[in-house]
Amino acid sequence: MTLWFVFALMTVAAIFAVLWPLSRRGRADSGGSEVVVYRDQLAEIDRDMAAGIIGAAEADAARIEISRRLLAAADQSGREEPVQGSLSLRRTAAIVALVGLPVIASSFYLALGSPRLGDFPLAERSRVADANQPLANLVAQVEAHLEKNPTDGRGWTVLAPVLSRLGRYDDAVRAYRNAITYAGDSADRRADLGEALMGSAGGVVTADAKAEFERAVALNGDDAKANYFLGLAAEQDGRKADAAALWQKMLAKGPSDAPWRPLVQAALVRVGGSVPGGVSAPALPDGAVAAAQDMSEADRGTMIKGMVDRLATRLKTNGDDVEGWLRLVRAYLVMGERDKAMSARADARQAVANDADRLRQLNEGLKTLGLDG
Amino acid sequence: MIAESGHYALVLALALALIQSIVPIVGARWRDAALMNVARSTALAQLLFVAASFAALVTLHVTSDFSVANVYENSHSLKPLLYKITGVWGNHEGSMLLWVSILALFGGLVAAFGNNLPLSLRAHVLAVQAWVASAFYLFILITSNPFLRIANPPIEGRDLNPVLQDIGLAVHPPMLYLGYVGFSISFSFAVAALLEGRIDAAWARWVRPWTLMAWIFLTLGIAMGSYWAYYELGWGGWWFWDPVENASLMPWLAGTALLHSALVMEKRNALKVWTVLLSILTFSLSLLGTFLVRSGVLTSVHAFATDPTRGVFILLILFVFIGGSLSLYAWRAPALKQGGLFAPISREGALVLNNLLLTTACATVFIGTLYPLALEVLTGEKISVGAPFFNFTFAPLFVPLLLAVPFGPLLAWKRGDLLGAAQRLMVAGIVALVAMALVFAWTYGGATLAPLAIGLAAFVIMGALCDLAERIALFRIPFSLSLRRARGLPRATWGTAFAHAGLGVALIGIVCETTWNTEYIGSMKPDDVARVAGYQLRLDGLNPRQGPNYREMVAQFTVTRDGEKISVMTPSKRNFTTRGASTTEAALLTRGASQLYISLGDASADGAIAVRIYHKPLVLMIWWGPVLMAFGGLLSLSDRRLRVGAPKPAKAAARALQAAE
Repeated sequence: MTLWFVFALMTVAAIFAVLWPLSRRGRADSGGSEVVVYRDQLAEIDRDMAAGIIGAAEADAARIEISRRLLAAADQSGREEPVQGSLSLRRTAAIVALVGLPVIASSFYLALGSPRLGDFPLAERSRVADANQPLANLVAQVEAHLEKNPTDGRGWTVLAPVLSRLGRYDDAVRAYRNAITYAGDSADRRADLGEALMGSAGGVVTADAKAEFERAVALNGDDAKANYFLGLAAEQDGRKADAAALWQKMLAKGPSDAPWRPLVQAALVRVGGSVPGGVSAPALPDGAVAAAQDMSEADRGTMIKGMVDRLATRLKTNGDDVEGWLRLVRAYLVMGERDKAMSARADARQAVANDADRLRQLNEGLKTLGLDG
Repeated sequence: MIAESGHYALVLALALALIQSIVPIVGARWRDAALMNVARSTALAQLLFVAASFAALVTLHVTSDFSVANVYENSHSLKPLLYKITGVWGNHEGSMLLWVSILALFGGLVAAFGNNLPLSLRAHVLAVQAWVASAFYLFILITSNPFLRIANPPIEGRDLNPVLQDIGLAVHPPMLYLGYVGFSISFSFAVAALLEGRIDAAWARWVRPWTLMAWIFLTLGIAMGSYWAYYELGWGGWWFWDPVENASLMPWLAGTALLHSALVMEKRNALKVWTVLLSILTFSLSLLGTFLVRSGVLTSVHAFATDPTRGVFILLILFVFIGGSLSLYAWRAPALKQGGLFAPISREGALVLNNLLLTTACATVFIGTLYPLALEVLTGEKISVGAPFFNFTFAPLFVPLLLAVPFGPLLAWKRGDLLGAAQRLMVAGIVALVAMALVFAWTYGGATLAPLAIGLAAFVIMGALCDLAERIALFRIPFSLSLRRARGLPRATWGTAFAHAGLGVALIGIVCETTWNTEYIGSMKPDDVARVAGYQLRLDGLNPRQGPNYREMVAQFTVTRDGEKISVMTPSKRNFTTRGASTTEAALLTRGASQLYISLGDASADGAIAVRIYHKPLVLMIWWGPVLMAFGGLLSLSDRRLRVGAPKPAKAAARALQAAE
């Protein structure tokens, strides 16, 4: 409301600027005239002569010339006094100002402005919304701090996983290395470093990453993350049996309520190993798993269902993704919705029917899921 | 609220400008004083609203309100306060707002101090000023609106281009714009004269100080820009004949010509029509400069073609104003009364020669700048016209100009005596020859043209001094009498002498820097020593340092000469995280008028760093010259005969003059 009030005040001021001179009739100041200029010039010649800048003869010549112009100008200015203008003309001008100004201003402003948006000066925003200040800003602050105190191991330890989550893997790798240097070596950090290395390689367990996981396992044989990824490394190398053995060992040794259990079980299903204790939830992206850890059982179910639905929708529009289809079918099986799994299988076959390579891949995948071709 | 109020103030300024474009003209047509006076109050109100709008944008930048797109794109919360403010005009939208603010400022000045102008002339001038203003308000609101908002404001801005994060940005663009836009006053006066169909003495009296003021700012602006490029870009060059530079040089050349022809007009009532044309051309070149820089046509004709809204809009403005004013000129100029006659050898004649040479020089720059663009548009072929073209065309035009400069002030009005002037310049000629011989002997076997150019510069400087000596009759009458005459000289005469001497000073700097510049380019490791022009520079080491919004690598050099430590120089390379860009901060060591210049290149893996070291003899004279010129202009502007500006009512003026003495 204040805003519109301010606008109204400004408009009134602008209109006033136009109306004010229109209202002042009577004493019309006629402005300066040429005559005064010439008088000044004559005075200047006298001054110059007194200072000895010009000679007497030159001064006389100049005086004559200026006087001639002065006469001509005096003649003309006598003829050209401004007349008193007509009232109707002024009224028209006043109406133009009264109507035109607000119309022009509001039509431009309403088309271009955003009157509903208030101001957002930074100082106010950070004061109000400290708790949910975006991550990027916090990260920048921590980074700035660490740039000045590069040996602050605790800082690196805090920063590294956040960078990893933000997808800044290269920075995360550097941060984990610094954390290990300044805050001490540990299996967790080694495993996290390996994971970040993997992230920067686009999900492939590189030799570097594998070395880090091996170091982690050397420090702590039971480190779940390192073991899982070593299994993944084996799978990516094509040594499915080794992978399955590793994961089976994990499931056997690990606590029954370990949060990573579903993930490992799904991985085990993928490589065709038998799962001790039966099939559980499908594989989820790492980030989602981390999020799922903090949820109640019901929430987790909803979340998984949501993800599966999203996957199904995506595949409807882009059916080329064989891996995706297999994941979908597997997910339905795990959730106990066999009908949906069958129909997904049919959809998948239809989607890749034109591509022999993909079709073969699909059929093989379906076979490992126990849904025969 | 601040953002939206600023936006609305800008819209209101447009509405006022539209009224100011029409009502006073109607008033002048019907000779209605009240309607004509509307021009004054609207011009002042317009200034008020644009100033409010500009202040709002500055506030938004200072408080880092990232809900404004312009702030988000060009600011960063960690930027030092100075750069938050200068960043306002460090981008397209903000700089256009500054442009119209200055335009409104000049309009407001005419309105506030134009009491002594004939009423209809003032109404016409302010109306023309409002036409230009309306066009640019529309341009800003429609294509480059700095007040557009972002509904979900990001938390951090994208930062200002690091090259622009420098004190130079605080000074250079405002100066340059004061110059560019200042010429709009003489343009408005010229168009007003054409509309009215007559040029009177008040006209001439007003145009000269305003042109002079714009010229002073433009001179300083260009010099400042050149010095900024010199120390910031890290190449040690100070003029590149780059189209952006040429865009500011062209109005300067035309403006210098205008300044001199306005002088003829004021004193002798001659060259009226030519002065009107020059006024139009000068401001047209300012508009062209704005177009070249702001439309993006320089980066690439194709980039311009892909997003043509802005470019086409400015092109349209250019077309309407330049085409319109020139057609008006063609139509109405014959009706203007021609002025007094003069002999070819006279002060007027010398000033005409000055005008011819300056406008021709301006034309060569114009061709060199626009020809590549035209060629690219027509044939798609990309050529670049660089220093060789300008050196071959510009220099031959400036040599006769410089030769003629000392003669001008020595010639009398109307009928001059060339031989007499030459005799009085004898001393200057002798000094020039001696200087030439000395420089030639000293640098025997070196460049042949350089001693000649130094001689020419000496001639120009001595010529200016000769003029002064002549006027105060130095050595012909007792010294104390000369001194008294010197005090009695009009300040404009001193101004002329300073400005002309400034030309010579700049020329010496240019010649010395280009001819006897020594450089060392190589890669250095800590404790390496480079030897340049008798100086030893030892690289002590490289240290990283953290700035407010950048990190930098600072190299420390100890400078010694003949085993004596002189100073420590610390050039650096800065990395700006937000934009991922880096800048080189050159280190400068001033010794008299000469400078040592170090800029850093890339560091290699083995701890060495690429280094460029220059010794630039007398380089500072390049900028002292323009500063002298501007100082001369200022003296001339402060001359009471001009300071009166337009005539005051006779009695009051006479009293004021007495008081001033």
